[in-house]
Amino acid sequence: MEPSTPLWVPVLQTLVVFAYFLLFTALLIWAERRVVGRMQSRIGPNRIGPGGVLQTLIDGVKMFFKEDVTPSMVNNPIYTVAPLVGVIAGFLTVAVIPIGGEVTLFGEEFTLVVADLHVGVLWVLALSSLHVYSTFLAGWASNSPYPLMGGIRSSAQMISYEIAQGLAVASVFVYAGSLRVSDIVAAQAGSGPIAGMPGWYAIPLFPAFVVFVVGMVAEAGRPPFDLAEAEGELVGGFHTEYSGLRFGMFMLAEFMSVVVMSAIVVTLFLGGPSGPTFGLPDAVAWVMPVFWFTLKTAAFVFFFILLRGALPRTRYHRLMDLGWKVLIPVALVWVLVTAAWVLVSEAGGISAATRTWLAVGAGVIVIALLLTGERQTARATDADVDAWDDPDRDDPDRDAKPRAPHDEEVAP
Amino acid sequence: MLAEYLPILLLFLVASAFAVGSVAVSSLVGPRQPNPTKLSAYESGNEPLADVPGTRFSVKFYMVAMLFLIFDIEAVFLYPWALVFRELGWFGLGQMALFVGILGVAFIYEIGRGGLEWD
Repeated sequence: MEPSTPLWVPVLQTLVVFAYFLLFTALLIWAERRVVGRMQSRIGPNRIGPGGVLQTLIDGVKMFFKEDVTPSMVNNPIYTVAPLVGVIAGFLTVAVIPIGGEVTLFGEEFTLVVADLHVGVLWVLALSSLHVYSTFLAGWASNSPYPLMGGIRSSAQMISYEIAQGLAVASVFVYAGSLRVSDIVAAQAGSGPIAGMPGWYAIPLFPAFVVFVVGMVAEAGRPPFDLAEAEGELVGGFHTEYSGLRFGMFMLAEFMSVVVMSAIVVTLFLGGPSGPTFGLPDAVAWVMPVFWFTLKTAAFVFFFILLRGALPRTRYHRLMDLGWKVLIPVALVWVLVTAAWVLVSEAGGISAATRTWLAVGAGVIVIALLLTGERQTARATDADVDAWDDPDRDDPDRDAKPRAPHDEEVAP
Repeated sequence: MLAEYLPILLLFLVASAFAVGSVAVSSLVGPRQPNPTKLSAYESGNEPLADVPGTRFSVKFYMVAMLFLIFDIEAVFLYPWALVFRELGWFGLGQMALFVGILGVAFIYEIGRGGLEWD
């Protein structure tokens, strides 16, 4: 930012980005309730506003007038700070994400981004890992069994998938050669290896893209990876002891992380706000990048909603297996493959035929790896089912037999 | 250089004002009728049994934390390399492959010893 820029420019950028993501989150909550409602053969909220679109607003207002209970055993001030950390970190993550292109207003030309930092994507990674603090501190400071278990569980989940995501992003760094978000977006703006195909990184870096998408679902703590809120076993997980608007802050942070993660994946792998402008006049051409960015982000948000409606919650060991034994190795190998590929291309590249065969070979290897991982997990599940299968189930004297002491009989 | 971060400070202030303001307003306008049951730990209606401070939990989480540290450091080494590997060329790639390979052997050993089994 040059010192000559008037002060209202950064203020406007900040407010626009803030309002954009807040509005997007509110619409997401409404859209999710409507779509999941449809998927479950019911209607969903449809009374307030056209199609029920103001439902989120009304729910938010209602939360203001709810009692905000602070249980007596909690560890203040950590208990109070934890939900705020989640929301503030969520908003700060989007600081480097451009939601549109160049805009000219009152003779000042600027981009619709809060700050285009040198460290760019590192900022995103750093701030999204701050989200773990919100979860963990909430669970820890509640001083209550369920939140503690939920907090530890989801912290382990989030840090595991954070590595997978971080390694997937490393392939983007290798390919783009820069951390700056505007460089990464600009590098994807042109045409891809085949004319007419977009130059999005999702195509050459497809495995990294898949790892990142799976990782972001787990990172946002969304179904099927919403182990933090496994209500059948943990009540509400880390936010069990929260009520009123502080609980609302956790909800806001969770839904906002869906939007933020979608925005990040769109920026890193799908070209961000780039797209055709259809030769519109300059005065309105700035709308198109915003439109493309919103459309791409909305597609990912919709994907999140469909996942929630379609898939049951996974079991914890399957979640950890997927993260550690599939995603992290794939992402690591892909960083090195990408680096080798870039070096080969710089040395003059290879013929189109060899390139095709290499791509096919790599794809086969990746699919084979994924399938073997799947089979192993399936075998493990069968073994579990056998272990759980009680041979004495039909034995009438089953209750008379001596059994292992129950948990309550062991002194805590 | 630091002027770049000024808008981020602005965003921080806006986001903090939003979050802190909402919670503060809510605590002003919301009702407040505490009673002992409401203020106790939630354990599905039972009398709170567990004494949480000092509770032990599974050592597996500790393993995950250690592995996280190792792999996060690996990622931290990867990032600067990813930015300059074009200058380093094949030598740099070989070095990084060696580094990842050493970690990979340890990782495979850990999986083989059941360090990541959850049952």
